[in-house]
Amino acid sequence: MTQLDFQTLLPLTILTVWACVLLIVDLFIPKNRKGITAVLAALGLAVTLSFTILQIGRENSGYSGMVVLDGFSTFVNALILVSGLLGIALAYGYVKRMGLERGEYYTLLLFSVVGMMLMAQAADLIVVFIALELLSIPLYVLAAFSRTSAESEEAGIKYFLLGAFATGFVVYGTALVFGATGTTSLVGIVGSASNGTSSLLLTIGAALILVGFGFKVAAVPFHMWTPDVYQGAPTSVTAFMAAGAKIAGFAALLRVFATAFPTLATDLTDILWALSAVTMILGNVVAISQTNIKRMLAYSSIAHAGYILMAFVPYGNKDIMPISIAAGLFYLVSYVFTNFGAWGVVIALEKSEGKGLEIGDYAGLGRKYPALAAAMTVFMLSLIGLPPTLGLVGKFYLFRAVIAGGYTGLAIIGVVTSLVSAYYYLRVVVTMYMKDGEPTTEREPMLDFTTAFTAIVTVVVSLVPQWLFLLASNAVLKLF
Amino acid sequence: MTVDLILFLILALVSVSTALGMLLSRNTVYSALFLVLNFVTVAVFYLLLGAPFIAMAQVTVYAGAIMVLFLFVIMLLGTEVLPASNILPWQKPLAGGLAAVLAVEAIYLLLVRARSVAQVTSPDVAINSMDNLREMGKVLFSTYLLPFEVTSILLLVAMVGAIVLTKKEKA
Amino acid sequence: MDWTFWLEWVLKGFVLCLVLLTGFAYLTYYERRALARMQNRIGPNRAGPQGLLQPIADAVKLFFKEELTPARAYKIVFFLAPIVTVVPSLIIAAVIPWGTSFQLFGRTITLYVADINVGVLYLMSIASIAVYGIVLAGWSSNNKYAMLGGMRSSAQMISYELALGLSFVTAILLANSMRMIDIVNAQSSWWFVVIQPVGALIFWIATLAEVNRAPFDMPEAEQELTAGYHAEYSGMKFALFFMAEYQKMIVICAILATLFFGGYLGPFVDKFWFLGPVYMFAKVFILLFFMIWVRATWPRIRYDRLMSFGWKVLVPLALAVVFITATGILLAQELNNQLYFWAIPFVSIVAAGIAVMMIYRELRRKAYERA
Repeated sequence: MTQLDFQTLLPLTILTVWACVLLIVDLFIPKNRKGITAVLAALGLAVTLSFTILQIGRENSGYSGMVVLDGFSTFVNALILVSGLLGIALAYGYVKRMGLERGEYYTLLLFSVVGMMLMAQAADLIVVFIALELLSIPLYVLAAFSRTSAESEEAGIKYFLLGAFATGFVVYGTALVFGATGTTSLVGIVGSASNGTSSLLLTIGAALILVGFGFKVAAVPFHMWTPDVYQGAPTSVTAFMAAGAKIAGFAALLRVFATAFPTLATDLTDILWALSAVTMILGNVVAISQTNIKRMLAYSSIAHAGYILMAFVPYGNKDIMPISIAAGLFYLVSYVFTNFGAWGVVIALEKSEGKGLEIGDYAGLGRKYPALAAAMTVFMLSLIGLPPTLGLVGKFYLFRAVIAGGYTGLAIIGVVTSLVSAYYYLRVVVTMYMKDGEPTTEREPMLDFTTAFTAIVTVVVSLVPQWLFLLASNAVLKLF
Repeated sequence: MTVDLILFLILALVSVSTALGMLLSRNTVYSALFLVLNFVTVAVFYLLLGAPFIAMAQVTVYAGAIMVLFLFVIMLLGTEVLPASNILPWQKPLAGGLAAVLAVEAIYLLLVRARSVAQVTSPDVAINSMDNLREMGKVLFSTYLLPFEVTSILLLVAMVGAIVLTKKEKA
Repeated sequence: MDWTFWLEWVLKGFVLCLVLLTGFAYLTYYERRALARMQNRIGPNRAGPQGLLQPIADAVKLFFKEELTPARAYKIVFFLAPIVTVVPSLIIAAVIPWGTSFQLFGRTITLYVADINVGVLYLMSIASIAVYGIVLAGWSSNNKYAMLGGMRSSAQMISYELALGLSFVTAILLANSMRMIDIVNAQSSWWFVVIQPVGALIFWIATLAEVNRAPFDMPEAEQELTAGYHAEYSGMKFALFFMAEYQKMIVICAILATLFFGGYLGPFVDKFWFLGPVYMFAKVFILLFFMIWVRATWPRIRYDRLMSFGWKVLVPLALAVVFITATGILLAQELNNQLYFWAIPFVSIVAAGIAVMMIYRELRRKAYERA
């Protein structure tokens, strides 16, 4: 192990050690003051984030080519760390209110973040696999964290079984890829694939890996678990899961497909096209009939997985790929902020025992809590993709890239499904402002802050989006 | 070569039939036992390929530890025999149909595309030498150091998770 | 490979099985006599001179006993379970070297059946699948007591396997090889029990649990579980379980002798090959006496304490011992100073002493709480 190796994974190492130490420190924190653990965990994430930012511009690979550090990984890591922070902020009051407050919540969340970061830096399929497990296992546990609620346990077991199944696909795919090329290193795979013929074995392996990640990012037809898990898991976990697992899954997909499988583009582009189209259509259409806000947001998250998948479709085209992947990253950023904000509002209205989660419970919010209703409106607009929000800009970049790649049909599907989605997103807004009701909310400073912060980011960044897109473009510049 | 081939064919037959036995058995204990046999057969495959360490590890870890725990849980739950009726009557025909489609696809791909299967180069670690083990240890602690270490974190997390989910909180 | 090779192989295997089977028969005699002495009795002394024909009389009795199969038993598994129990106890002996080699009809005949480079792992893997017979016997009897016996033994065997494996590691580290022959040869100057006494002790305790011997014979605790997993067995099927247990005892003492007590090594063994098996037999004989001694003097451990002893004491201690051994070897190598190597036994004993102290304090605290 050299200094260079160490530098490559510096933020990750810091966070891992921090999480392990926190696991021990947590034992000495009294039961009723687990907020201290949350603050310490957040501090760890903040320290790691600052080290990640210090790494901007640095590029090298380490640990015998197992991991890389580049603009892409730094960008994604920063995004993951921010969502970790937001996840802790949402959980801070929520777990206490719901009687779930245990120190392990935060340490498990940290370990999950470690897995996600490793995923973003992985340059070898073995590391991809281990990172996938490291990010998933804490999420399985967190989903079942509310042990008194049968729904949470169901969510945990469902997520665990299907997730393990999905991991099996990834491993099998990895094994086939190894069989076809004799290596698991992403760079090695592309080298072996370009000097020989692209073999059938390699294609099947890549397809199986795609299936496995399709589960993780909740793409149709591998989405079955999503509504149940998102509904059953504690809401703060759902918010983190929806954002974190998606970022990491897409980051790994981007890295694996862009680095290792560009030669398979002729085979895989059609599959990705269909996957993206089906995901957008099904997610948006089924969301219409949902009355529970958690289920609705779950289907919305499926639909957004479809939008982000659009960015992959032109991945075989060397000219379009950088823009389209940058657009995908941008869309991820917009989705993360909007997602956390929306879930924050849901948490504010949620009562114990799963009350306050119907869309009808939002009636009268506009009159009684105008600020909260305004924030929710912003998030809903952003999810549809209407101005003045990040969602619009994200969709704009995405559709532009896809059209430039020559997939106008897909872009049209995207636009039409966005229009469809307006129906159910706006229904929430209409309920808040046009219907009478007496909603009660929980006022927690951290929660209010998170909601306000994400709402402001969603609006303000959308007014000056160029720098963020530039950042994303720079991040993917060196990927190829 | 021929001895190897005959052995391989026998083992292949055993492994496939034990796998099928595991799937088709209505008694979960028998299923688990079939799976144990399958693991042992796979271990023998590894031996044939000249990887005794993996073979022994396979037996120790899968057949010896994991499947014993499986049996343990099955027996404790007392759910050995599955009910014969199926809750989803359309499931079997649908699964059969989809499997047939998949099979046709696979055959099509194999027939049409098989010619392009690239020659596989075997990894350049000395597999058959007696130093197999020492080589493996060295590789594990140099090239694969990172995955190896991260696995320990993974196990720690799994352990913490299991304890969080099962341990009763003291009042 | 010519046919003589196969012949040699088959003959060696056959002889090994015969030795183990006879050993089993006379081990029961040995145990009964030794136990009787410790309990101020005489023991079997009627059949033949000094009761030496007693095992044969027992065998004949078991042959002619009626065999019962419970009506609701899972017949196939019920039938297979005794076989599954006996087979590992026989094949595990394949890698144990009983001596060097000798010349016969112009060819070198080695005194071991198999020499594989992962010999120790082979032991581990066979030991780990040995549990199936007992679990299946308990389950297939369709009897609650038998089932509980099977459960207990599987839980206990899995728990103690970790400590067992780690104690193997100390011997592997010291010999720098996983081959049994190499491990024996590495002990030509010092037996490993001298360098790593705690590792040998952990091995000893863990194997007692692995073979369900007193004081870890919870799976067959008469007072609680009638006879445990073999409650429903009778006749030859019962005899097979009995046989497996005693053969495992012999084999385990042989493994312990090989890993920590110099195996077949002894004075003049390099000159006269037949001394190898003799030394091995003597070592096994003495080690078996310790097993019997433990049985005669120690009460059974309560089950929850057995588990917490395994997980909270034995596994951490074994880990510490492995760490100490590895560090000692590495320091001695890197700094070229044998002093570090000889620090291994002392530091290990201190670690074991700390563990014992902690158990003592914990027990005293519990006693205090009860009072």
